[in-house]
Amino acid sequence: MGKTIQEINEKIKSGKAVVVTAEEMIEIVRKKGESRAVKEVDVVTTGTFGPMCSSGAYFNIGPRKPTIKIGGGKCYLNDVPAYAGYAALDVLIGATALPEDDPKNKYYPGRFRYGGGHVIEDLVAGKDVHLKVEAYGTDCYPGKELDEFINIKNLRNAILYNPRNSYQNYNVAVNLSDKVIYTYLGVLRPRMGNANYSSAGQLSPLLNDPFYKTIGIGTRIFLGGGVGYISWYGTQHNPDVERTERGVPKRPAGTIAVIGDLKQMSPEYLKGASITGYGASLYVGMGIPIPILDEEMAFYTSVSDVDIYAPVVDYSRAYPQGTGEIIKEVTYKELRSGEIKICGKGIPTGSLASYYMARKIANELKKWIEEGKFLLTEPVERLPGWEKEVKIIR
Amino acid sequence: MINKKIVLKFPPSLVDQPIICKLVKDFDLEFNILKAYVTPDEEGLLVIELKGKDKNYNEGIEYLKSKGIIIQTLKQRIMKNDEKCVHCGVCISVCPTKALLMDIDTMKVEFIEDDCIACEHCILACPVGAMEATF
Ligand code: SF4
Ligand code: SF4
Repeated sequence: MGKTIQEINEKIKSGKAVVVTAEEMIEIVRKKGESRAVKEVDVVTTGTFGPMCSSGAYFNIGPRKPTIKIGGGKCYLNDVPAYAGYAALDVLIGATALPEDDPKNKYYPGRFRYGGGHVIEDLVAGKDVHLKVEAYGTDCYPGKELDEFINIKNLRNAILYNPRNSYQNYNVAVNLSDKVIYTYLGVLRPRMGNANYSSAGQLSPLLNDPFYKTIGIGTRIFLGGGVGYISWYGTQHNPDVERTERGVPKRPAGTIAVIGDLKQMSPEYLKGASITGYGASLYVGMGIPIPILDEEMAFYTSVSDVDIYAPVVDYSRAYPQGTGEIIKEVTYKELRSGEIKICGKGIPTGSLASYYMARKIANELKKWIEEGKFLLTEPVERLPGWEKEVKIIR
Repeated sequence: MINKKIVLKFPPSLVDQPIICKLVKDFDLEFNILKAYVTPDEEGLLVIELKGKDKNYNEGIEYLKSKGIIIQTLKQRIMKNDEKCVHCGVCISVCPTKALLMDIDTMKVEFIEDDCIACEHCILACPVGAMEATF
């Protein structure tokens, strides 16, 4: 017998819902099987915490006297350029934006110590941020410049918006060349000296709902320590990749776009990142609850690191040249053991995404639901790929 | 008399040559190997305590340099700032001595200072500036 989201929400409201993390669910299903798991578990919580370059925040700075129209002018936050192509008082800052005088990779490898991601972290942390505006002035908005400090608590609105987040799986990067390379997957030592990846694997949201049966547009989520929503499918969303028998994508696949009130969020879950030789970014913490409606969902959420394969790709050539060559597939279990084997050679692994934080987020979301503070939602619209007929093979 | 802890970095071509023996024989220096590694790039790394008369010590160091060995004194301390660390683990894969380790129960990254040779690889690798060098 299946359950509905309404029924689960009633249980949450009366404090009777049983909530477990995606990590805990693995054991439950292994010991008791899917049918008992559906009876015993109502919600599985997931989590992820990794650098997500496709992150940004937009805000409205509130009225100024005299009035000023930032739109069409220039705007800087702590010297990092923000986008000023909207209305009078709305600006947007992206995580990878850099101050104009940042040497970038001129002194290779660049360090990118402060960029848009750091501005967002500082805002969320309640620090004063320097705002500089050059406007051209109109009859209704005569103001031509602003040079002041702003604080998130005085902003009229502040919203985190990520056009792409929570990649459903990702590459493992190695370097086959003879020199060190600096990539968005970290520093890669020559001749396969190390292998870096970035996924929470078995805790990762979309890997626990591989065909987006419950996660869709409108889904309420944990975002940056506050409440957010899935606003659309993410850019580069591609459900049509090769999958395992369990339906788990073996390549980068689904993505989601997310939105939430920055004022509710916390610097613990939004952290500016400086990726040597690559650029600035933002670590974003995100968690999605998955309702255990039926055996199918119990089965999906029992996915473990042994079931998830990621492709090992050479970032010195195959990736930049776009050849699509894959050296090998490895499981997240192998990756998380600290070493993978390629052609008999042991290669130390490192992750850019934090499993520790992913687990913390899944537990935090679990607590919110147990306390009745967070209710589940029915998707308003589905993500492309959800309509796939799925045959469960155990 | 000089007694110093130093880090020697050998290019791959020198890894299997009896350089340290020569220090003992030709320069009358005493040594104590604290750590020895071959990094994934096949570069050799040796942390030694070197002891001897000032003149001999300096000549010995000159000899090592002439062989293309990079020498650093181990005066630098690396520290992990746990306020900043997000326990991602991307530093682990670049650390040649396994001084950075994942605790598989807590999934937190631990720094074992005694195993650190201050090579600074982790400083470049850490996205949040949690690995710091102090003098
Ligand atoms: S400096 Fe960093 S990378 Fe080098 S040995 Fe110490 S901990 Fe490892
Ligand atoms: S790379 Fe930095 S943040 Fe990540 S585990 Fe190492 S010290 Fe911590």
